[in-house]
Amino acid sequence: MIDFAMPSLGADMDAGTLVEWFIKPGDAVRRGDIIALVETQKGAIEIEVFQDGRLGDIKVGPGERVPVGTVLATILEPGETVPSPAAETPPSAVEEAAPPAPLSPRPPMPQLEAERAVPAAAPGEAAATRPRITPAARRQAAEKGIDLATVSPGAEGVIGLAEIAAVAAIKPAPAGETRARRPGIDLGEMRKAIAAAMSRSHRDIPHYWVSQTIDLTALFAWLEAENAKRSTAERLLYAAPLIKAVALALKERPELNGHYGEAGFVPAERVHLGIATALRGGGLVAPALHDADSIGLEELMTRLADLIPRARAGRLRSSELSDASATFSNLGEGTSEAIMPLIYPPQVAIVGCGAATLRPFVVGGKVEARRLLTVTVAGDHRVSDGRRASQFLARLDALLQKPEAL
Amino acid sequence: MSEMRRITYREAVREALREALSRDERVFLMGEDVGAYGGAYACSLGLLEEFGPERIRNTPLAESGFVGAGIGAAMNGMRPIVEIMTINFSLLALDQIVNNAATIRHMSGGQFSVPLVIRMATGAGRQLAAQHSHSFECWFAHIPGIRVVAPALVADARGMLPAALADPDPVVIMEHATLYNVEGEVPADGELAVDLDRAAIRREGTDATIVTYSANVMKALAAAEALAGEAIDCEVIDLRSLRPIDDATILASVRKTHRAVVVDEGWRSVGIAAEISARIQEQAFFDLDAPVERVCSVEVPIPYPSHLEQAAIPQPETIAAAVRRTLRR
Amino acid sequence: MTDTELMDLVRKTLFDVAPDLEGEELEARETFHDQFEIDSMDFLNFVIGLAKATGVEIPESDYPRLQTPAGAVAYLRANWAAAST
Repeated sequence: MIDFAMPSLGADMDAGTLVEWFIKPGDAVRRGDIIALVETQKGAIEIEVFQDGRLGDIKVGPGERVPVGTVLATILEPGETVPSPAAETPPSAVEEAAPPAPLSPRPPMPQLEAERAVPAAAPGEAAATRPRITPAARRQAAEKGIDLATVSPGAEGVIGLAEIAAVAAIKPAPAGETRARRPGIDLGEMRKAIAAAMSRSHRDIPHYWVSQTIDLTALFAWLEAENAKRSTAERLLYAAPLIKAVALALKERPELNGHYGEAGFVPAERVHLGIATALRGGGLVAPALHDADSIGLEELMTRLADLIPRARAGRLRSSELSDASATFSNLGEGTSEAIMPLIYPPQVAIVGCGAATLRPFVVGGKVEARRLLTVTVAGDHRVSDGRRASQFLARLDALLQKPEAL
Repeated sequence: MSEMRRITYREAVREALREALSRDERVFLMGEDVGAYGGAYACSLGLLEEFGPERIRNTPLAESGFVGAGIGAAMNGMRPIVEIMTINFSLLALDQIVNNAATIRHMSGGQFSVPLVIRMATGAGRQLAAQHSHSFECWFAHIPGIRVVAPALVADARGMLPAALADPDPVVIMEHATLYNVEGEVPADGELAVDLDRAAIRREGTDATIVTYSANVMKALAAAEALAGEAIDCEVIDLRSLRPIDDATILASVRKTHRAVVVDEGWRSVGIAAEISARIQEQAFFDLDAPVERVCSVEVPIPYPSHLEQAAIPQPETIAAAVRRTLRR
Repeated sequence: MTDTELMDLVRKTLFDVAPDLEGEELEARETFHDQFEIDSMDFLNFVIGLAKATGVEIPESDYPRLQTPAGAVAYLRANWAAAST
């Protein structure tokens, strides 16, 4: 029997609300199936299962908000049978295995959830993993109606009065006042999630930035010729070859593609590129485009055309929120030339592109109007130095000069 | 507001002694070398000539004996002021202080009181080595039946002695040896209304409360001044009285600043700082935004070499560092 | 098809592409980008949707003519006739 737990969909997620089960106990599941819908700060996320088998018991019902790591249901492995009531584990043992329940029969207070907003730990480790929230912060959060699960710890991992004040300052307007509300996405909550992730990034990651301006004239000419040959539905956006080239160049630079955790840096074996997607009305989410280095441009376009509207509608899958090994941020439309992005922890690099605009450029000793793209790599000094980013950019430039090979 | 004048801490003690001796014939001073020599720290210099050997009495090097004599004199209607050269030597008189001075009012059902004042020099910083430099304030502050005060400011050195003499029970006045040469302001005339029960806020602030007493008030103020440059606004509380402790002033401040640093030249273990920290956590736990920090002396006998002596005791830098820790900066 | 019906088609296609805009009022003469932060991906999906619904083949060089709701209606009116004959 395998525990199916509330997944962590990014560094800033502490808890989620189970919205719906798509299957019932006894139903067969296959790796990759979407079996539940969970409401998070990034919208309603479809949760996938990672093993074959059958759904055992459902432990968390619709409407329940539980911390990351809480067992939502059990999955029975192939061949395993539902335990008969007689053979069932004694209830006390089940309770011990489950995350600690509050002693009170009342629904858990937000503060209690915050205390448990960490993966279930062995009893002896409880003290070490309990969130460090000062008494004054706890009281003030209660007075202001702030859910401590939404507060990102500050220095030394402590939530103090300063952290409460920061959240209070961006707390959305109280009910009654109008504010943007999109299906599946609460922009106020999303802003908190972005604030938490970017505060952590800015505080913990020693960033460096390296920029290069790349001539995309050849790529645009190739794209124009290609698109003229293609039907409406088969046309490519320049983002597609750009993403492919970024993914290929990242594959060659493992120091820029992976995750930095408690055990230090772990390079990722595959390139799942987070595609930073701006939401209308504000907000940002970067779902993973899986294996961006190894799929063709047509497949890549199809996936993008599917992924981006779902990101905006708040209908992403759990793997898309947790798998990204690096992030790609493209300003695209508009006229801004360059972006200096912040890394999304626990990733170690982000590639930011300005708008591809006509600008003067020296070609063959002469100044010409060319279609130029300024690409900036933010890297994590705990893992790499500017030299690596520079090598990455040189490789990216070379790849983009031969779009037909992508 | 009456006019102010500047005198040294030593002069303030001497003035207070002279005033007490002049106003009340029952007052007399006794201690080692308080006569012709003028006391180890020259507080009684000139008083022998002024008031004669009956009232300015040299004693043998026998703390238990002369403190006991002071207790007897107090019980019999006198108002003795006993000077003990340093707090280290006061340990020889602890039996008299703990078993007699502190208990007689209670054991006699209120029939006898002991209106005795004991003055002693305390603390490190003058390279007098381990047998003359300690801070045992907590030993005395532990004992019900006596009052323990520690004047930090010159005005308190001037005002606390008459207030102590007015008290019907034993009062121990702790004078930090590094303060005698410090100059400060006292009112030029009028009454020195000095309340022995209350702590005083020496600097108002909003970000952290530094609770201390005696010579460390000056170090805390220096730390607060340095931290002001980092946009950290400290409140500095001078306890003044170590028994009783003025909880109300401390708690009101901590409820405002949410952070507390206790500075004590005594050793950390089982000391005044531990007591203040416990009281804050008992009564203001839900107002705290950081654990209470303690800045105390290193747990070694106070060293003789100046650099080691200074390294062993609280300094403005170590106090400032503790304040920063409470702010997680 | 009348212009009103074409505008309904434009609206429906846009909402299919960007369901989060469902219910929004369209300003006929303002660009999709300015009104709704429509980016190139949304726009491509929008054009694909229109092409699928009408059978009109829309070359990339014509994209500038479809930047506003009114422009899209006018383009479809002009080209649908050609496509259906």
